[in-house]
Amino acid sequence: MSMRKLIPAAAVLFCANGAWAEGPGLGQALSAEEIPWYASYAMPDGRGLPEGGGTAAVGAGIYDGKCAACHGATGVEGPVTPPVGPNDIWAKPAGRYWPYATTLFDYIRRAMPIDAPKSLTNDEAYALAAFILYRNGVIGEAEAMNAQTLPAVVMPNRDNFTDVWAKQGATPW
Amino acid sequence: MTHSSFNPTALDYVAGGGLMNRRSLLRAAAIGGGATFAGLTIPKGARADPLIPDWVKVAGARARGYGMPAEQEADVQRAIIEPYKEVAPSFSISGTPHQKLRGTITPSGLHYELHHGGRPDVDPDQHRLMIHGLVDRPLKFDLDSLGRYPMVTETHFLECAGNSLFNAIMPEPMQAGCDVLHGLLSNSEWTGIPMSVLLDEAGVKPEGRWVVAVGNDGPSLARSIPIEKLMDDAILALYQNGERVRPEQGYPMRLLVPGFEGNMNVKWLTSLWATDAPAHTKDESGEYTELLADGTSVEFTFGMGVKSIITHPSSTMTMTGNGFYEISGLAWSGAGPIRKVEISADGGASWAEAELVQPVLSRATTRFRLPWHWEGAPTLLMSRAEDLTGAVQPTRSDWKARYDPSNFLHNNAIQAWQITAEGMVQNVYA
Repeated sequence: MSMRKLIPAAAVLFCANGAWAEGPGLGQALSAEEIPWYASYAMPDGRGLPEGGGTAAVGAGIYDGKCAACHGATGVEGPVTPPVGPNDIWAKPAGRYWPYATTLFDYIRRAMPIDAPKSLTNDEAYALAAFILYRNGVIGEAEAMNAQTLPAVVMPNRDNFTDVWAKQGATPW
Repeated sequence: MTHSSFNPTALDYVAGGGLMNRRSLLRAAAIGGGATFAGLTIPKGARADPLIPDWVKVAGARARGYGMPAEQEADVQRAIIEPYKEVAPSFSISGTPHQKLRGTITPSGLHYELHHGGRPDVDPDQHRLMIHGLVDRPLKFDLDSLGRYPMVTETHFLECAGNSLFNAIMPEPMQAGCDVLHGLLSNSEWTGIPMSVLLDEAGVKPEGRWVVAVGNDGPSLARSIPIEKLMDDAILALYQNGERVRPEQGYPMRLLVPGFEGNMNVKWLTSLWATDAPAHTKDESGEYTELLADGTSVEFTFGMGVKSIITHPSSTMTMTGNGFYEISGLAWSGAGPIRKVEISADGGASWAEAELVQPVLSRATTRFRLPWHWEGAPTLLMSRAEDLTGAVQPTRSDWKARYDPSNFLHNNAIQAWQITAEGMVQNVYA
């Protein structure tokens, strides 16, 4: 029997055999306990946000100690992508340009500060998100950010984005 | 000055500025004979004792386990760019020195890097790829079991969305080489597992329209990727140019989404989380969204536009005399194969079609070339690529007009090189 005749027969066998049509099926079952939190992302509607919370007042102190060296004393100086706008360095400051506030919390928690990512507690990450939003005039100084309030924040630039994938797929803009 | 014995006739020219027919040299060789081709004249009657070099009189070096470039080529290095060197040195970039390379495959050690949080030291024995979220069977894979899957081998470019950023935003053209100006583009042969095979094994539910890919680095870089792309042609790359993916490119495994902006090709890939919607991660919120001229922005701009650069000659080079040169460069498109590259040597007044070096592969760099007789006069060189979808590279001014002045992403504008009467090659806006 030639290989050419064998291949369709083998394909039918594999397809009939289960979910994996082309692979040997060597994946091991993954339990929920094995998945670190940073393997998913806080969604714009708040799904995935953990317990905890914080205010801008608390965040200001953390910002001074752990963020100001890169992002600037008041959040506009930089040199690295100042999160407060308007500023002279970065036209897309996180606290007013990003479409969703949930991204602030998630990114701070997973990636900041750059030399000690994942070192902040959930409360600290919420407080820093609150501080950045407050400094951009998006929320009040006393408003606590948490799993309920953060997704409810309406970011000022939210409606100024065109979703190119939805509009034209992978065709370059 | 070099002296070429090749003297083109008027019939050889196909456009202004000395651009020649793609076959001019072949014809000249046929007429004149190989001995006088392009300056290779054999001197007659020369009777001086030939120089016998030392290395032919001794035993050579022994074989070695891993070969390295010649010592004399030690200056062929990536250009290091550290925008936040003082406060955040791990946010670091290196650019491929295209002006010193002449094929299509980028040597693995010269592939560009852009790390948001540095290059992690991943232990391959501990590393796992997880597939979870909206799937029927959450799965984990270790490197050994992945090595038993059927693999594909494909050649693809990677280009950072921020490639060519200096030309996008600098008021005056920066005088730097292709490594700095356009170095965040590289091209490799990748071998790995079609992502569709692994996703099918986990069984993505119908409502799983997006997958958030996460890297095993400090910042746990995350990008939301449409399921259609992952099922269509994405690869879990384990090998780069035949050897294990380099640490700089995601050892022990990276995601490859051919034609999409570099940032989405997540390095050190550890998690694929199927979701019903994009997560609006940091990189798809601000870092890789583009501000337009009207003040609005575009998001999820995945495909890299059609583009080309002339690498030989290119800025920072000096011409070594007038006469024959081969213009050579690279063209690529995220939308598919390159159809055509045109070259102008008179500032865009006339264009000649370059030869495309075969094979022309989809979403890979294609080298182009064209014979050229430089008369020693000031010359403005440009290349303009077109892909199979019919998309053509814009001029810099047309490209700039679409965006806010601050935007430096997705710059695929035509590059112009000015050659001065003295033979200096300079970066110019034209």
